[in-house]
Amino acid sequence: VEIWLKRLFWTGGTAFLAIGVLGWRDRLTNGQIHAGFGSVIPWGLWVAAYIFFIGLSAGSFLISALAYVFGMKRFESIGRIALFQALITLTLALLTTWVDIGHMGRALNVFAYPNFSSPMAWMIWLYTTYFVLLVVELWFLLRRDLVVGAKGTGFRAKFYSILSLGSHATSDESVVHDRKVVKALATIGVPVAIMFHGGVGALFGVVAARPGWNSGLFPILFLLSALASGGALLMLVSAIFQGGYHRNSETIVALGRLVLGLLVLDVIFQISEYLVAGYGNVPGHVEGLKMMFAGPYWWVFWVWQLVLGTAIPIAILATRKGRSARWASAAGGMIALGFIGVRLNIVIPALATEEIQGLTNAVDSSRISTQYFPSLMEWSVTLGIVGLGLLLFGLGEYLLPVDAEEVSHVSA
Amino acid sequence: MVESDGVGSTTALDELPSEVQVLAPGRHGAQGMVDLDRRQFLDRLLVMGATGLAGALGGGYVLGSAGTAVAAPTTESRSKQKYRYGMVIDTRRCVGCKACMAACKIENKTPPGVYYTMVVEDTRDNEFDRPLFMTKPCFHCEHPPCTKVCPVSATFKREQDGIVVIDYDRCIGCRYCITACPYGARYFDFGENYEFTAKDGAWESVPSPEYGQYRMRVKGDSPIGNVRKCTFCLHLQDKDGKYSKDEGRWPACAKTCTGRAIHFGDFKDSESDVSRLLRERQAVRLKEELGTEPNVYYLL
Repeated sequence: VEIWLKRLFWTGGTAFLAIGVLGWRDRLTNGQIHAGFGSVIPWGLWVAAYIFFIGLSAGSFLISALAYVFGMKRFESIGRIALFQALITLTLALLTTWVDIGHMGRALNVFAYPNFSSPMAWMIWLYTTYFVLLVVELWFLLRRDLVVGAKGTGFRAKFYSILSLGSHATSDESVVHDRKVVKALATIGVPVAIMFHGGVGALFGVVAARPGWNSGLFPILFLLSALASGGALLMLVSAIFQGGYHRNSETIVALGRLVLGLLVLDVIFQISEYLVAGYGNVPGHVEGLKMMFAGPYWWVFWVWQLVLGTAIPIAILATRKGRSARWASAAGGMIALGFIGVRLNIVIPALATEEIQGLTNAVDSSRISTQYFPSLMEWSVTLGIVGLGLLLFGLGEYLLPVDAEEVSHVSA
Repeated sequence: MVESDGVGSTTALDELPSEVQVLAPGRHGAQGMVDLDRRQFLDRLLVMGATGLAGALGGGYVLGSAGTAVAAPTTESRSKQKYRYGMVIDTRRCVGCKACMAACKIENKTPPGVYYTMVVEDTRDNEFDRPLFMTKPCFHCEHPPCTKVCPVSATFKREQDGIVVIDYDRCIGCRYCITACPYGARYFDFGENYEFTAKDGAWESVPSPEYGQYRMRVKGDSPIGNVRKCTFCLHLQDKDGKYSKDEGRWPACAKTCTGRAIHFGDFKDSESDVSRLLRERQAVRLKEELGTEPNVYYLL
């Protein structure tokens, strides 16, 4: 089954990337003229994809920290792949934000002309810190294996010798030193990850003009959903890679319990948000919720987010089925996919309300409308980014010594 | 930083939210509230100190690097606001002809989907009620939430006259400011064209006078890919930052208004039309609860 899943993975990745090339070409030559969003709903699929990816990244990093900071041995076997997943999903998050801005060539203005009162500026600075931290932590984690691997012959050895950056030590003391560095970096990384992901919640939460976002729960909700979605994806990934669910079955089941708890907590927070808003029944606040529950895209909430992403996986993980790695990893995949729905419903309904009554009727323009469905170009660009992510992940998993157990096997 | 005192709608014009006045203790005047006022005073002092420090740290650098921007304030005007431009819009005089929208389009050459002002109609519950029309430019708020969120300080409130502007060359087009504006005053330029502004159209090579920059709007370059907004037609100001109704240097919407519903002027000048109207009539501002303190008032 793993072989079959892997084949699906590589085919999917290549196909998505191919579709993406078309969208990216359109985006790079024609700008955003073929985008479906407008000036009433200025953020769409790309921003939703961005918070989805960055959530996955923060979540998988924090789970790797369970092994490297809190010393939970159970998660050590998936620590490297978790960290690698964090790096890939961070890259995808940065790509989706980059493609979303109107002048891609000016992205670095965030460093040249900083505005300290902008949550978005803080996000970019924190991502940069986090990116560097991830790369360095991963390098120290893999260093000895790279050095060992470089001693062989062939392409892989050459590749490893470049990546080992001139490091030669293979002694046990050097590994102990590596572990110390990893622990230190992971420890710094935990507050950084909490800050940037809570910060993404705040990026939305501080916008007083959009009552659907303007809630103190947002930063917390973002952290919870990051952990749940990141952990859930990790369940699926460790069922396919790294020896698959045969070798990782215990870890997957343990991760399943953790994810179940986080998901339930996340659901409680969401219910709290809906109930408080619904009870107040303040038009600006509930308008977005009404759209989410009963608007043209009601199925995103009821079918995708609630049934596929929440109810079924909870039913699997909370019952005896959850003790089977195969079922648990399927549940993980469903939760991770379901969170795409959660992200769309965070970004779009809160924007899809007129800020001044009558605004969308004043002129006949598709850009000034509360209707939004991502355009072909937006879908294609997004699929391309997903495809790139799959291929990068697959290549890294294949080329890098991210498989901790296989390596410890060799060194043992 | 400055508190909204809640009465908002009809506040005296001269009472600018300047820091000195806000800080003045005991302005509520009531006996027995002195203690509270003193505490408030200290609280405010703290807040002011913090923001002042942040401003000194952040603002200095930001403005220092904004030297090339045409819209950027000059150093001497930073110290003191000379004008506080705003509008008083009389909804009883508005007939909903939308001439202001057309005039604005012609003046600023805004593309499809970009409207610096928009006439909205309030559908009344009672069919015998007269319809309520409201033209809605940018309100150039005293506390604009849009400028605060800009990651690159590309949009800011000019010190000399309170006009909220966008530095097109710095704006990265993230559209965060559009989400933060509670009044729908900001629009993204997707690069669309009207037939006559498109390639080989009669207006193809007519630049927009916006910010006095006379930019040609070409594919891939600013203002395409930027957020755009009403500037109170600041390109019509003279060197001293003054407008002149007699010389026709007046915001296009106000100049053209057939019902004379749009009154424009300087709230710092107590003899201006807008100041007089605020004194004599009952005015409201939209969404006072957000503390944005718009500089555009409506007469009902």
